[in-house]
Amino acid sequence: MPLLSLHGVDVSRRGNPILTGIDLSLAAGEIVTVVGPNGSGKTTLMRVIIGALMPTRGEMTCAPTLSIGYVPQHLHIDPTLPMSVTRFMALPRRYPHDAVRLALEQAGADGLAEQQMASLSGGQFQRVLLARALLGRPQLLILDEANQGLDHRATAAFYRQIERVRRDLGCTVLMVSHELHAVMQASDRVVCLNGHICCQGSPETVADSSAYRDLLGIDEHDAVGFYRHHSLPAEASA
Amino acid sequence: MILDDFLIRAALGGTGVALAAAPLGCFVVWRRMAYFGDATAHAAILGVALSLVLSTSLFAGVLTAALLMALSVSLLSNRGYAMDTLLGVMAHSALAFGLVAVSFVSGVRLDLMGYLVGDILAVSRTDLAIIWGGALLVLALICRRWPALLTATLNPDLAHAAGLDPRREQLVLTLCLAMVVAVAIKVVGVLLIAALLVIPAAAARPFSRTPERMALIAAAIGVFSANGGLAAAYHLDTPTGPTIVCLATLLFLAANLVGLRRKARGQSRASRL
Repeated sequence: MPLLSLHGVDVSRRGNPILTGIDLSLAAGEIVTVVGPNGSGKTTLMRVIIGALMPTRGEMTCAPTLSIGYVPQHLHIDPTLPMSVTRFMALPRRYPHDAVRLALEQAGADGLAEQQMASLSGGQFQRVLLARALLGRPQLLILDEANQGLDHRATAAFYRQIERVRRDLGCTVLMVSHELHAVMQASDRVVCLNGHICCQGSPETVADSSAYRDLLGIDEHDAVGFYRHHSLPAEASA
Repeated sequence: MILDDFLIRAALGGTGVALAAAPLGCFVVWRRMAYFGDATAHAAILGVALSLVLSTSLFAGVLTAALLMALSVSLLSNRGYAMDTLLGVMAHSALAFGLVAVSFVSGVRLDLMGYLVGDILAVSRTDLAIIWGGALLVLALICRRWPALLTATLNPDLAHAAGLDPRREQLVLTLCLAMVVAVAIKVVGVLLIAALLVIPAAAARPFSRTPERMALIAAAIGVFSANGGLAAAYHLDTPTGPTIVCLATLLFLAANLVGLRRKARGQSRASRL
């Protein structure tokens, strides 16, 4: 039985369809990556799954006790809001001291507990967000373009961390990215999204499929070049 | 009895309002709702007119008008209007319409200044009961929902993922705002309510490492300003509400100077290491 599944989900805003006919199910323990160009509805899909958006049509089924750890695409903390890492980790629920330390460790953010959130670097900030999402050992970990603001080296390190987390916690991971190559290696399955699901399968299958190439046709030439040079996907999209 | 002294009643009234306004003011600052607070407060003058027409209590009229304004603004804010323009229109038109409406209904001569800048020295026992009732209600609501309010303030989607509904938290804040406006009108008047919300919170920021600390320090600064302002106004023979706000502003300036000096010292220490 899948952890969570979407059946024929449509989402539209002010009459404009954003997602149509989404059928997607997540099995326990797999890493699934959703790729697609800007405006393809990736974040909308994540927001449906965390319950921030109701589908216009279709339905989502999951266990009522499903616990979700969520790392948002963008978290701006207003400078007027003082927030230490420890305090942030206790929002909205406080966890025992040991659990917090363990989560920080698992996310590679140990030693940051006493810092102010505002003083963290981009990479440290993302790791703290990840650590917070890991508290309470979620069954489903969702990362929405979690590598934003990270350079390629930090991005690669961050995804290695995700794989480690999956191994340690055994949770399902759902990631979103428009930077395909960085994410693909870490995934069991890739879902190619452009308002609807164009194709899905193993990273290799999707990378070879014509739907994927059509969708990212403009980038294809560059992408091939970058693959060949084992170079840096973060720059390809920049 | 001790409450027979109008100065004691004024001090108690000011303290009650400051205690409720401070933690709420922190959310106003964090969520960048200062202008929203202004609009709600300005609508209170419409509430004054309303209570005169319907000859209900001032508190009920003001609470209703403030609530309607706050609800309609937060409803419109999700519709993609340019927020500052919209608030600018609504805040000042509410004030203007309120002033015009009051002039229509006042068969008896009405001291408008009392509503614009407050008349804390005229706080009665009933007023005190209303102020403390409202203030305690606001404090209880905020304390009870503190973690949820804070999470929703940080990021609405983070709240969703944790099983909270950020719209409900927004509603709680809106209700509290209307309540604080309604109890504060007697103390500082509609023109200065927003100041009582924002200034203590802003003054507390340099000394705070956590949101809780900021709320507590803001409450202390608010209470000190209310009582110190009252004493200063008594000795200098100045209008009380504005004096309270002036004192809070001086504290804000002092806090920021101290904060700047501390930061500079921290940096020079860091560079020496």
